Amino acid sequence: MDMISNLLRRPAAASVLSLVGVLAFYILIAGVDFGKLMGAASWVNYAARIGIVALPVGLLMISGEIDISIGAMIPAGAMTTAIISGHYELPIIFGILGALAIGVTVGTINGVLAVRTNVPTLIITLATLVGMQGVVLAGSKLLTGSASVPLTAPDWAKTVFGQLMFGGSHQVVVVWWVFFAVIFWFVLHQSRYGNWIFAMGGDRESARNAGIPVNRMTILLFILTATSASFVGMCHAILFNSAQVSGGMHDIFNIIVSVVVGGVLLTGGFGSVPGIFVGSLTFAIVNKGIDFTAIDRNWSNLIIGVMLLVAVAMNESLRKLALSAATGKRGKQKQDAPMSAASGQSAH
Amino acid sequence: MSDKTPVLEMRGLDKSFGPIDVLHDISLKVHEGEVLCLLGDNGAGKSTLIKTLSGVYQPTRGEMWMDGKPVSFANPREAQNMGIATLHQFGGTYPLMSIGRNFFAGVEPTKGFGPFKAFDRAKANRIAVEEVQKMGITRITDGDRLVGGLSGGERQSLAIARAVYFGARVLILDEPTAALGVKQAAHVLRIVKEAKRRGLAVIFITHQVMHAMAVGDHFAVLIRGAIAADFRKGEKTREEIADLMAGGESMAGLEANIEGYMETHDGHPPPPAH
Repeated sequence: MDMISNLLRRPAAASVLSLVGVLAFYILIAGVDFGKLMGAASWVNYAARIGIVALPVGLLMISGEIDISIGAMIPAGAMTTAIISGHYELPIIFGILGALAIGVTVGTINGVLAVRTNVPTLIITLATLVGMQGVVLAGSKLLTGSASVPLTAPDWAKTVFGQLMFGGSHQVVVVWWVFFAVIFWFVLHQSRYGNWIFAMGGDRESARNAGIPVNRMTILLFILTATSASFVGMCHAILFNSAQVSGGMHDIFNIIVSVVVGGVLLTGGFGSVPGIFVGSLTFAIVNKGIDFTAIDRNWSNLIIGVMLLVAVAMNESLRKLALSAATGKRGKQKQDAPMSAASGQSAH
Repeated sequence: MSDKTPVLEMRGLDKSFGPIDVLHDISLKVHEGEVLCLLGDNGAGKSTLIKTLSGVYQPTRGEMWMDGKPVSFANPREAQNMGIATLHQFGGTYPLMSIGRNFFAGVEPTKGFGPFKAFDRAKANRIAVEEVQKMGITRITDGDRLVGGLSGGERQSLAIARAVYFGARVLILDEPTAALGVKQAAHVLRIVKEAKRRGLAVIFITHQVMHAMAVGDHFAVLIRGAIAADFRKGEKTREEIADLMAGGESMAGLEANIEGYMETHDGHPPPPAH
């Protein structure tokens, strides 16, 4: 009993329950063949695509900010790679560096604006989202005369960023996703920087007073979100041998839904990397798993909407549970047990 | 009692923002193991004075002395390094973080080396629980508990314990009891006494006369940015202090008001006047 309630108090609990719920729905009600679903690559690839961006976006949201310019940064990364290495036929390494550089640039702009002005980051990144959509479209037209640019990447680049693995249909970004998840897990939950991020989201002013370099961390997190988005775009351009200008509007909401389902509090201060990881996975299963059912795929958005509400409601109540965690876990009480029992009434 | 050098002393402090003078000629001192209560109604200049003491503002005129040497703080960080810890109501605690993580926010103990330096959770939790218990909060035994689950008084106590552990010598408490219930406020007052017993100089800002009288050794009443009264424990009654704080404005009405309100609300003042 204790173990269960302790597990429920973990920030990732709601996302795991969502995942179980979605799987149960697909398997028991919609008649999905579990083995077939597990063997399929479509949802794993999709989970990796949104998951790589969801990780830093989650950290940013825990720190109390939000970045929606990621929607423009995925196509921006893809187009940059394709224009540099496809249209101008420079070595692919320049395309890769170019994509990452544009991520760092836009991330820095977002971050500096966020710490220098009092404008909410939703508005700042909305501006850079729209702005970058314009830059990508106009730039692509100007430089290549087209909104779609072909690209032929050399083998090594394909192997590292764009190959399908084991001759199957799983993309290599899945490995990158897991790799990044481990790094972000360490940073958020094991290193002192994670503590800073939580503190920033909990109370920015107190965090500053405690000597945490709030501004530097904020800029860094914005650089991470934008760069991870351009990284995903770059991988896609290499995999699919071309890049198109697109709005990327879907990605924004899909990524933020994954993060929220993953148990990150919209107002900051709470969340976890395992939660974000499972959240992305859950989202991808809903979105792509519907193809394995007899249900028309247009219904998938309804399922996502319902899942979002249920997950957020669960997060809300589980967080309350975490806050109300009793002082004395049974069997763990020490010699001061009578004392804690006596003053137990004063808390409310 | 004033033969010892005060830990912190203000000498003729003035603070103006442009043409507006907010503080006039503030001279106060606080010794080790002493609680200085700064009383005043809203808008009396209490927050400006706190911010000047904690390095957020620089005084326009006047000097600050610490241990008999003149000091000036360019920013809050410098004031902190000199041992001045300012705690706002719930400031310094993060509700959705554990007690151990709260306690060490910004100064986390780590283990391991190189890029694999990990937050030493066990050590952080152990020290945090020890320190909080030393302040008399024995109910806290598990450093993994989230701070949001603690009572307001316990959160204040955690913040004070943190300041003490990290070497604060002057503790500035900004309305620590304002949002608390009676029991919780008593809790915080006990912690203030404990801090005093440990030799800290405490500056306790409040507009609750009862709370001030419970812990204060030395009182200063601030009205419109000037010190209207400066007296020691036992020199004035609660009614006289309340009168002073009201600043002579419609004295009788206010007095009745405050009196009546405090009787029924156990020491809480009426809502601030507009």
